[in-house]
Amino acid sequence: MRDIFLPALLPLIATSAPADPLVQIRDLNFAYDSRSILSGINITIPRGKVVAIMGPSGCGKTTTLRLIGGQLRPTSGEVRVAGQVVHECDDDGLYLLRRRMGMLFQFGALFTDMSVYDNVAFQMREHTNLPEELIHDLVLMKLHAVGLRGAYKLMPAELSGGMARRVALARAIALDPMLIMYDEPFAGLDPISLSIIGELIRTLNDALGASSIVVTHDVHESLKIVDYIYFVSEGKIVAEGTAEEIKESQAPYVHQFVWGEADGPVPFQYPARPYGEEMMEQPSKPRRWWS
Amino acid sequence: MSRMQQILRQIGHQVTERLWRLGFASRFLLMTVLYSGTALKRFHLTIREIYFTGVLSLIIILVSGMFVGMVLGLQGYDTLQRYGSSEALGVLVALSLVRELGPVVAALLFASRAGSAITAEIGLMKATEQLSAMEMMAVSPIARVVAPRFWAGVISMPMLAALFSAMGVLGGYLVGVKLIGVDEGAFWSQMQAAVDFRQDIMNGVIKSFVFGVLVSWIAVFEGYDADPTAEGVSRATTRTVVTSSLAILAADFVLTAFMFRGI
Repeated sequence: MRDIFLPALLPLIATSAPADPLVQIRDLNFAYDSRSILSGINITIPRGKVVAIMGPSGCGKTTTLRLIGGQLRPTSGEVRVAGQVVHECDDDGLYLLRRRMGMLFQFGALFTDMSVYDNVAFQMREHTNLPEELIHDLVLMKLHAVGLRGAYKLMPAELSGGMARRVALARAIALDPMLIMYDEPFAGLDPISLSIIGELIRTLNDALGASSIVVTHDVHESLKIVDYIYFVSEGKIVAEGTAEEIKESQAPYVHQFVWGEADGPVPFQYPARPYGEEMMEQPSKPRRWWS
Repeated sequence: MSRMQQILRQIGHQVTERLWRLGFASRFLLMTVLYSGTALKRFHLTIREIYFTGVLSLIIILVSGMFVGMVLGLQGYDTLQRYGSSEALGVLVALSLVRELGPVVAALLFASRAGSAITAEIGLMKATEQLSAMEMMAVSPIARVVAPRFWAGVISMPMLAALFSAMGVLGGYLVGVKLIGVDEGAFWSQMQAAVDFRQDIMNGVIKSFVFGVLVSWIAVFEGYDADPTAEGVSRATTRTVVTSSLAILAADFVLTAFMFRGI
């Protein structure tokens, strides 16, 4: 399948990168008020690699991405991107750093009042003084890379879910970022779109010489494309390893997650009092709309 | 804790919450003004918003202005003819519109038509992560999304109020002169003699400018602060209309007290 993508990506292929990790997260803790979301997180994202952060919904995966992007400040610990501690950057420093990052949001987050073309051209117009002719060529090149050059005139409302995700991907790579972050890129896609997005994540990463972080709970698609995986549960890293190691793992949590077992370390039942005790109780009054 | 303590505590909590929100809204307004460079340097962004907030509000403003002027013509004639001064109808219509009804009713209509649309748009952009995406692209949503909409509202409001008053005068003329038969010369000449540019027209413009700032501020703030859910956007839109309307009427009283005292 890569044969389909590589010719379109050839113009984007980058040169080799330095050896130090692009992202280093050390002893990261984060809490909303007193509610702990992440505790003691250590993650390393080497340059040129695709790393997945997996775990059930609400375990803190997206929060981790927001901490890397500087949209949230850690309670303690640090996130370093390209050697810079993100939360110590001032507004200008943070914006400079973000110009070298791309992010694909869960449902694309395309600007609904702009066409596909204008969405992809958005960052180029905001951050560069490139002439419109050059922007035109670059936009078509990015759209060609995701297979949607022919859709440049469409509005976001005219796109399917998979197409919107691909346009968002073209927008995320508009300025050839060093780091691309994907927040649930496979959510709600049909098998063809899912496969296309998976392949694009891998091939774009390799072609651009970037590093990628994929936050997902789609195990099987991710295992095909990523180099390394971190499993997060209840705000902690509970397992990590390469795709092969994860597939072979007998750790109960990883096994349950990878094979989609209904019960295990992550229980089927939400914590509750003993069944019998609760059944014998008088039913509580239904909650009124004004209460 | 006694019942009285509970009530006092709740009142205290509500007051603190309102004050905190007012402080946050004031800080947001300051940020909007500070980040207005993009909206003013790349003025096409603001012009686009003037089209959506101002030009698209024209129909409702013009039609309402016409009807308000026609009603003023009917009611004014009914009162004035009892005192034998029906020729002063032009003065009554013009002063009522330019001083009061033009700025206030146009601002109320603007809050309902454009203010609610601004809140809903920004709120939905927040709910669909478009504002977060913009931040991650190193583009400030306040500079790129909020400031152009704010300035578009501020610029549009006085023009809409002026058009409302103009249409109102036309409506009063049609009813008073063409329908009822008030002398046309008296209608226009008395109006021209009685309406003062600085005291009446400029004060009306100042009022509509202040209302423009209030409505635009409330609309952008409520949108930006909306909970990112369908219910949150719906509540924010309602709050915009209610808060703007109350703010317009309260500000109108204060401005009128300062402008027309002793007359």
